[in-house]
Amino acid sequence: MWFLAPCSFERESAMPQPSISKSMTAGESGLAVVFAVTAFLCVIASAKALDTAFAFHAALSAAASVAVVFGIVNRYFDRPAELPPAEINGRPNYNMGPIKFTAVMAMFWGIAGFLVGLIIASQLAWPALNFDLPWTSFGRLRPLHTSAVIFAFGGNVLIGTSLYVVQKSCRVRLAGDLAPWFVVIGYNFFILVAGTGYLLGVTQSKEYAEPEWYADLWLTIVWVVYLLVFLATIIKRKEPHIFVANWFYLAFIVTIAVLHLGNNPALPVSVFGSKSYVAWGGIQDAMFQWWYGHNAVGFFLTAGFLAIMYYFIPKRADRPIYSYRLSIIHFWALIFLYIWAGPHHLHYTALPDWTQTLGMTFSIMLWMPSWGGMINGLMTLSGAWDKLRTDPVLRMLVVSVAFYGMSTFEGPMMSIKVVNSLSHYTDWTIGHVHSGALGWVGFVSFGALYCLVPWVWNRKGLYSLKLVNWHFWIATLGIVLYISAMWVSGILQGLMWRAYTSLGFLEYSFIESVEAMHPFYIIRAAGGGLFLIGALIMAYNLWMTVRVGEQEVQMPVALQPAE
Amino acid sequence: MSFWTRHQIFEKNSIVLIVGILLVIAIGGLVEITPLFYLKSTIEAVDGVRPYTPLELAGRNVYVREGCYLCHSQMIRPLRDEVERYGHFSLAAESMYDHPFQWGSKRTGPDLARVGAKYSDDWHVTHLTNPRAIVPQSVMPGYPFLSATEVDPDTIADHMKTLKAVGTPYTDEQIASAGADLKAQADPDNAGSDAFSKRYAKAVVRNFDGKAGTPTEMDALIAYLQMLGTLVDFKLYNEKANLR
Repeated sequence: MWFLAPCSFERESAMPQPSISKSMTAGESGLAVVFAVTAFLCVIASAKALDTAFAFHAALSAAASVAVVFGIVNRYFDRPAELPPAEINGRPNYNMGPIKFTAVMAMFWGIAGFLVGLIIASQLAWPALNFDLPWTSFGRLRPLHTSAVIFAFGGNVLIGTSLYVVQKSCRVRLAGDLAPWFVVIGYNFFILVAGTGYLLGVTQSKEYAEPEWYADLWLTIVWVVYLLVFLATIIKRKEPHIFVANWFYLAFIVTIAVLHLGNNPALPVSVFGSKSYVAWGGIQDAMFQWWYGHNAVGFFLTAGFLAIMYYFIPKRADRPIYSYRLSIIHFWALIFLYIWAGPHHLHYTALPDWTQTLGMTFSIMLWMPSWGGMINGLMTLSGAWDKLRTDPVLRMLVVSVAFYGMSTFEGPMMSIKVVNSLSHYTDWTIGHVHSGALGWVGFVSFGALYCLVPWVWNRKGLYSLKLVNWHFWIATLGIVLYISAMWVSGILQGLMWRAYTSLGFLEYSFIESVEAMHPFYIIRAAGGGLFLIGALIMAYNLWMTVRVGEQEVQMPVALQPAE
Repeated sequence: MSFWTRHQIFEKNSIVLIVGILLVIAIGGLVEITPLFYLKSTIEAVDGVRPYTPLELAGRNVYVREGCYLCHSQMIRPLRDEVERYGHFSLAAESMYDHPFQWGSKRTGPDLARVGAKYSDDWHVTHLTNPRAIVPQSVMPGYPFLSATEVDPDTIADHMKTLKAVGTPYTDEQIASAGADLKAQADPDNAGSDAFSKRYAKAVVRNFDGKAGTPTEMDALIAYLQMLGTLVDFKLYNEKANLR
């Protein structure tokens, strides 16, 4: 794929040095053998599979393993004898290939995820769109939507930006040769298995942790390698201090590993079948699930993206971070408090009262570090506020932080038990999630990608800032429509469920509340549609940036010795 | 040396930073989760609660597979309107054999924790096949394909063995007769239905989908729905027994 090819300055590193004879590295031969064996095992698993979904996934894994072996061998024949050096003329030789890959995948999955979101939003407005088929029904598409936007889109943005930021802020080339490729391709393969699994009815039904046992195991391997690549790069850094953004990335990577392992232990019915049963049951499973679920928000959708805020906003605004000390407090307070907040998803359930109260208390306290972080991000612009008028990318980043502030106020408020008694089980929760997901995670990711694509493809700038402006306003309008529709429908729903007549009877049947939602579901779908249109504009803009953008000639060419 | 200078140990040493992160994130989870494995209110035993029958378990797996939990909760909160609308608030014990739990987080449709015995089997068959045939304003997807798919009686015992391994108290007898029990519950004329009823208290034996032959996924799902919330007899339930 031409758009993943290294830039000229990277290729420079690979100047042939005839004196060295070419041989496979231990990594190349080792991985090739491992994947050859994996392919063989997957063929056997596919033949012995108890259900079609498992057979399909085993065959898919076999095909992917063969492709990987081919890819490694092919790369070996194509590459010069020496691997790219860590430095060229005293400057780090950054590894941008895997980052380009994640940028492309993020855009692809983002659009796929927004599209599925639009489809399921439409299904709630017009249920005939479920088509009465298993693989097109709401129950199977909804996990596809959530996983595609959170883990596929968000995950690729996080992995890509983290691998970029860690190199730049440590001023060293990424650790590992094939390892970074293993991480980015392996992660996207996990998404493929998880997503196709949902359509085939393979799910363990734990929200945001739906993939079955074999996908979970694969993700564990990929994630450990990700941690090692990230950590090894930090360890060989040229800067004495670890940059703030890397603390947040590290907390994100480590904590997601802990959460994933805690929430997902499961016993498969057969090693040749997709179905498993989770080790935890009932109330313990509920608590594990929302300990995981809320901290998927806290560490995947918050800590990781805060790392993006801490690198990309100062970079784009060309200002230092507002307060280094505030970022220290922000970091420790945020990761300590977030872990406690899970029980607010289980208010008034069979979970003991003290656990609910603890969850609520810590959720309210969480407001403080959240806003501390928001202030740190926003105030980074002091002295550069005028750039908001001229730079729509910076505007996107700053508005994302404003949305972060709004959702992190709304969240603690909804965690208060009396408020929660109204909001829980209603569309208000959906609205809250989307003000965070579309406004904060979406916009900060878009902003980061708008910065990252010209940087890693070595372009002078974006193809069109005007299109970024269009994207910004269309998407903002979409978000406003989406969240206000959900506020109204959620509160309406909650009030209808608890309304009593003067004679002391429940005023509305459940189905009357369903009927009342119809207009808001249409408005919500329209908002989602606008957000999708914005993303399509973005994809076109980024595509043209790579395709026709002007080459940046910032990389100083090595001084030629005088002849 | 000020606090800010001391903090540099984290900023200059990645392993110390990781250890710090792990310690800080461990506390909250340990405090909130560990007690749930020994506190009386969270592991209370309530009369009537039993593991699922083979057919109910197969139905529950359909419920999980189709993502029903995304629109239907199974957790009635102790609020006046919920108790009047759905019935007695849910007890921890009522989901003790749920791997995984199905409390849900959203009510696009109503709560199902006590939907058992509220509607007839016929109502469920019609409603699951085409919800709008019976509730015109409904936004639920139709599941006509459930009637066309048979449940496999031969593999259900493996599922029960797995559940036993994660703590569900199935007896060896229940596991040995799982396949026969699965068929017996959906067929009142079956010779084994008396023995089945002895193995599972309060289990309903009916031809749920009204069709002869091997039970379908429709049978299984309705068997599951019809037992939800029916196991505990709240006339006999002693609320004080588990007060702390």
